[in-house]
Amino acid sequence: MSFVVGLIAIGALALIFGLILGFAAIKFKVESDPIVDQIDEILPQTQCGQCGYPGCRPYAEAIANGDEINKCPPGGETTIKKLADLMGVEAKPLDAAHGEESVKKVAIIREDECIGCTKCIQACPVDAILGAAKQMHTVIEHECTGCDLCVEPCPVDCIDMVEVEAKPETWQWNLDSVKQNIHKADTIPVKLVE
Amino acid sequence: MQDIKQFVESGQIARFPGGIHPPERKQPASEQPLRRIPYANELILPLRQHIGVSGQCTVREGDHVLKGQPLTDAVLHQGLPLHAPTSGTVKAIEQRPMSHASGLPEQAIVISPDGHDQWRERQPLPDYQQRDKAELLDIIQAAGVAGLGGAGFPTSQKLAQQKPVSYLIINGVECEPYICADDRLMREHARDIVLGMRILAYITGADKTLLAIEDNKPEAIASMHQAISEYSDIELRVVPTKYPSGGEKQLIQLLTGHEVPSKQLPIEMGVIMQNVGTAFAVKEAVIDDKPLIERVVTLTGECIEHPGNVWAPLGTPVDALLDFAGFKPEQQQRVIMGGPMMGFTLPITAVPVIKTTNCILVPSTEELPPPGDEMACIRCGACAEVCPASLQPQQLQWLAKAKDYPALEDNNLFDCIECGACAFVCPSEIPLVHYYRQAKSQIRNQAREQAKAELAKQRFEARQARLEREKEERLERHRKAAEARKQMQQQKAQDAPEQESNNDGKSSAVAAAIARAKAKKAAQEGGSAGSEASDEATTQPRPAQDKSAAVAAAIARAKKKKQARDQEDKQ
Repeated sequence: MSFVVGLIAIGALALIFGLILGFAAIKFKVESDPIVDQIDEILPQTQCGQCGYPGCRPYAEAIANGDEINKCPPGGETTIKKLADLMGVEAKPLDAAHGEESVKKVAIIREDECIGCTKCIQACPVDAILGAAKQMHTVIEHECTGCDLCVEPCPVDCIDMVEVEAKPETWQWNLDSVKQNIHKADTIPVKLVE
Repeated sequence: MQDIKQFVESGQIARFPGGIHPPERKQPASEQPLRRIPYANELILPLRQHIGVSGQCTVREGDHVLKGQPLTDAVLHQGLPLHAPTSGTVKAIEQRPMSHASGLPEQAIVISPDGHDQWRERQPLPDYQQRDKAELLDIIQAAGVAGLGGAGFPTSQKLAQQKPVSYLIINGVECEPYICADDRLMREHARDIVLGMRILAYITGADKTLLAIEDNKPEAIASMHQAISEYSDIELRVVPTKYPSGGEKQLIQLLTGHEVPSKQLPIEMGVIMQNVGTAFAVKEAVIDDKPLIERVVTLTGECIEHPGNVWAPLGTPVDALLDFAGFKPEQQQRVIMGGPMMGFTLPITAVPVIKTTNCILVPSTEELPPPGDEMACIRCGACAEVCPASLQPQQLQWLAKAKDYPALEDNNLFDCIECGACAFVCPSEIPLVHYYRQAKSQIRNQAREQAKAELAKQRFEARQARLEREKEERLERHRKAAEARKQMQQQKAQDAPEQESNNDGKSSAVAAAIARAKAKKAAQEGGSAGSEASDEATTQPRPAQDKSAAVAAAIARAKKKKQARDQEDKQ
């Protein structure tokens, strides 16, 4: 008798918990893979495609599916380190096949040479180029991610990638330069006063 | 709060952790009376003088300006206006190297003085107590007064905090070696400083004003003591000499016995701090209507012939200051803006005095040897003992070298006040503060990048959504067009069998045209009442006919058409 009671009790419990779990699965359903979002968060969002995927999110999905983490040149070392931490893998040096980590750049259109073909506008992944057909185009500098994608389609080669100028806010205390300044006479006019 | 009150009322002086006793070297500069420096050939006023937004330029090249005339307009109380230090013409508005370790160029207004030193109209306000606090704050803001102790935070913004203030602390500690600008100011202008303190106390509504001076300035203490004797709510607190007692958080800890919690402002404890120089500037701004156009700068170091303190108009190039004080440079001379602990070596001496410049130090190699080569950290822990913020400098240094930014933030890197005590005691000559500064700017840059990436992502997604939508719209249009075509074809198919009976639509028009052609033919064959001219016109048109003939032919054609139609109708 007690055996039957036990069986019924366990069965009932299993049913109740099953219902709760089933309810929770519907109620708290996660739409997308959270790991993809987390990876996407780390990627620099230049949407440059240097990794071989069409944008940062596709690459994030690829990493989630086991692709290498060292294919993002704009992110560079810091991004690789963060990805390694997140994915629990060893940090690797940047894969040179996808490009090298370089200084921050911004696209500048030589405006008098622009013929207004709109090809760069179509190429820009973040809509940072302003213009219309047969009208001069220009780059909204602070929206430009420096992804390089507009340079190739330009039929008259009027787009330059220019290094972002250092501003006092972004300037780095560079130890080497501080030391050099103290010992090198030509970089520091203070020493020329005699 | 109650604890703080009890402690302050007892008049005790607490201690803060760490600190060092570097050689003071305030003499001989501190013993010379304040001097006035003649106006330089050009005064360079960078638009950005302090933390925050730079103002909008309101003058143009070639304009004549009067002494004290505002040159920039503060944008929405965010920044501070800048004023002409003397009368003259605006020579240029251009990029000039800024007074920063980077020496990067920055937009500046260059004024060449005309020598008349002619003031704009002034409205002195001796009875400030009659005025509203908000009005006084506006005056201080319009006078461009910034904190003259260190970072140059706009004074009006600091005072405008909507929180109760129990204690106003006036900082006359001046703990950094060599610097004695505040010392000199207190000795010579004690009354003015006290008036400034009264104004500050009135605006903040503080119960009590505490004036803190380090015990190595007996003359300043004596002169201030005398000046405050008539006010019962101002108390003088003499603090023992130790670097960095003059740091805001350190001095608050000394006077209240309580530490300002990490990531909090002193105002949360009901305390507000202002420098003595700022108090003086506030007095001048409110009572004399004199904006902040000059400040005391200490010129010192063994490579200067006449060390001392000068009233330097803002914008005076460091070159001019050095010339005035008798500069005798040695090989590879260093010129430091600020003190030996927290200052920086200037890359060029053409940079101007700005609101936060308190000292120009020109040391000889013997008195301040250049830093030696960095050696490995031997984990002696000396730096941790002297850190006034109770941080672990050696730990921070390793983390900074490893570029482990999240860990640096966990180790409270941003509580570091960059006082340089750790680097001072380091036996391995590690430039610790440089590492921290570098890491801090790196972290700030990363935060900026992160924000930018977030924006780029949003824009990218918006673009994707737009492209998707456009594609869908295109498809939808195509689908609709295809549907319309299909419908038409169907209708045509339906129309075909009942062409005769159906009189509307395209098919009926075609049928009518066919019928007309038939009728025409019939009419021609019948030869009924057709004139000769019309026959000629229709069968063999002549290009070179005169106008009347052409008109006649046209009329005939029309008639014929009508006839044909009539005939058709009859049929």
